[in-house]
Amino acid sequence: MRIVVCMKAVPSTTEVRMDPVTHTIVRDGRQAVVNPFDASGLEVALEIRERLGGHVSALSMGIPDTVRLLRDAISRGADDGLLLSDRAFAGADTLATSYALSRAIARGGMPDLVVCGKMAVDGDTAQIGPELAGALGMSCVTDVREIEHVDEGHITARRRRDGALELVEAALPCVITVAKDAATPRMPSIAGVRRGEAGTVEVLDAEAAGCDPARCGLDGSPTQVVRSFVPERSATAERVEGTSAEQAERIEQIVEGMAL
Amino acid sequence: MSGLSVNADKCVGCGICVRTCASEGIEVAGRKAHVTDSCISCGMCVDACPVGALSIEKDAGAGADLSAYHDLWVFCEVDDGALAPVALELMAKGRELADARGCRLMGVMGQADATDADANAQALLSSGADGVIRCVDGRLRTNDAELFARWVCDLAETRRPETILYGATDFGRELAPQVAVRLGTGLTADCTVLEMDVEQGLLQQTRPAFGGNLMATIVCPTHRPQMATVRPGVFQANPDAAEKTAACGGATDVSPHGAVEDVALEAGLEPSLRVLGREDATGGDSITSADVLVVVGRGIGSKKNLPLMRELAELLGGRLGCTRPLVEAGWCDYSCQVGQTGVSVAPKLLVSVGVSGAIQHLAGIGGAERVIAVNEDPAAPIFGVADHAVVGDAVEVVGALVERLRARV
Ligand SMILES: Cc1cc2nc3c(=O)[nH]c(=O)nc-3n(C[C@H](O)[C@H](O)[C@H](O)COP(=O)(O)OP(=O)(O)OC[C@H]3O[C@@H](n4cnc5c(N)ncnc54)[C@H](O)[C@@H]3O)c2cc1C
Ligand SMILES: Nc1ncnc2c1ncn2[C@@H]1O[C@H](COP(=O)(O)O)[C@@H](O)[C@H]1O
Repeated sequence: MRIVVCMKAVPSTTEVRMDPVTHTIVRDGRQAVVNPFDASGLEVALEIRERLGGHVSALSMGIPDTVRLLRDAISRGADDGLLLSDRAFAGADTLATSYALSRAIARGGMPDLVVCGKMAVDGDTAQIGPELAGALGMSCVTDVREIEHVDEGHITARRRRDGALELVEAALPCVITVAKDAATPRMPSIAGVRRGEAGTVEVLDAEAAGCDPARCGLDGSPTQVVRSFVPERSATAERVEGTSAEQAERIEQIVEGMAL
Repeated sequence: MSGLSVNADKCVGCGICVRTCASEGIEVAGRKAHVTDSCISCGMCVDACPVGALSIEKDAGAGADLSAYHDLWVFCEVDDGALAPVALELMAKGRELADARGCRLMGVMGQADATDADANAQALLSSGADGVIRCVDGRLRTNDAELFARWVCDLAETRRPETILYGATDFGRELAPQVAVRLGTGLTADCTVLEMDVEQGLLQQTRPAFGGNLMATIVCPTHRPQMATVRPGVFQANPDAAEKTAACGGATDVSPHGAVEDVALEAGLEPSLRVLGREDATGGDSITSADVLVVVGRGIGSKKNLPLMRELAELLGGRLGCTRPLVEAGWCDYSCQVGQTGVSVAPKLLVSVGVSGAIQHLAGIGGAERVIAVNEDPAAPIFGVADHAVVGDAVEVVGALVERLRARV
């Protein structure tokens, strides 16, 4: 079983402060971490390999520093890592991202299974998994909560869909996107850490990955941000003053007045 | 090459861009900013630069012949024979956009059984659709995203819609990207504002951006169709339309003007997944329909305060919702998450407790008629959207309120 796990580097906190003077976003050089859903995705892949044997590769498109996270994936048990890193990839929207990742995945033959996180916490688009499936001509199961069964030809998984849990079966090759409860990521062992340090993370630029530069990064992105702005808010709220008890009394009045 | 560039004449080497950057994509050396290999062209620094020295250049790509594309389509999800409410919400918004653009509004709907197929089409027509493209075929029963994607792509390739909108249900969020990648076009997820640029027909798609307290407007200038998903509850359905549908009671003569066109599904297509079983997982009705909601955030301090908050909700005859961090901490179920990536709510009364009011959260509460917010920080952004601002401690204020309400029952 050949499995590719897509792992994205995201800011360690999705909270961002606004500088009160310049009104710009301030980030305090916090290190990127692996998207938490992707950490579960790696664990799902490792558990499948433990049962069926095979090979697990961790794949990311990101800045050079992302090598660190792929080494960490190796220390947890991935067989190898592949990083797509090139300024030509910069500014990619979901179409350009899925294009580059799909080229890297298809390199050296189609894997049996591609595992993505349900979403990246810094963008929450949840588009890459289904787009990869479309680009690779694979079927797709999103928001997987539990893998019920995998064999050489099929995967059976429980997925969440609009308030219901569905048990579905897909033929391999297939893309799945996983929620956190699909698996709890293991910690690296000491031997694992050494393996991570020694392990191979191949770094490819767009050309080496066989990507058409016109379909990568900004150039390959149909969508464009034309404007970003801080939304205006009217500050017309009534101030409810006083002690907690007085405030509670006033809230009670307001609620009463609404005749709900 | 496309990407970030620095105008060295303008740059004063102040370093604000360096502090704004999350990826170490820019550095200052020799009093000038320089782009590094780690730049991801996100544009944060462009907005931050006080002297306008930074810009993102993009080679004008050769796109499709845009003039060949017409009409606005709304993909209309049907679940077990019933039209998803978000389809009617998008119809109402689609009508506005189509009128602005001066184009037709079409509903695209696929379902397994002929039962209710007419009533569903009629509901779309009375909600403003100029026409309905409909496919009734047993293979559509399980809402298989890949099968639907192939069908929608076939239609779009021959009929060339200018715009397609999708409800961001779990199914819609699987379907839309599969269509986007096959058509090689753009898709903006979870839009909260949609506007039409009348002259160029560019859909202005606004959504919260990059985890910051910023909104971004996104367009798709050179590819068609331009596509967006919208969460249920973000737009309002046209209330008259529902009445009209009820009045006609699923009449069979739905196409007096030939407005419903039935199309066939290609013979060889089969669902990609087999659904072996299905169980309901919500446990009770969702918070989206509640008249009163207490929404709690990290400011309630600890999980042990949840029962107090739940009691407040019960005393007010309402339900409990929460912010994303509480879901992440495992305190509450995801179905309770209010916001851009949770549910949108429209209660008569929303009591917000210990919630900062981040943009992604506010995206989900725009429909609330009245908001009472409790927060200890007088500058919390939640007060900007509240009708009543209670500056105080969450547990103290709610504790006192619960005591008063308890005394009344
Ligand atoms: C892509 C993306 C999607 C997101 N989607 C969503 C979403 O759908 N829904 C959502 O909610 N968030 C979402 N978020 C997260 C969002 O950006 C905020 O981080 C989140 O809403 C903050 O939750 P909070 O207000 O509970 O916590 P905080 O921001 O930590 O705010 C806590 C508040 O409590 C107040 N407080 C502290 N102590 C007390 C006290 N004793 N008494 C009273 N007040 C007190 C503080 O002043 C503060 O204002 C998303 C983020 C990203 C990046
Ligand atoms: N740059 C990237 N590199 C590797 N995997 C990615 C990247 N972007 C997204 N993914 C994968 O796609 C999933 C969904 O991301 P998104 O569609 O951005 O919410 C993530 O959980 C990852 O598994």
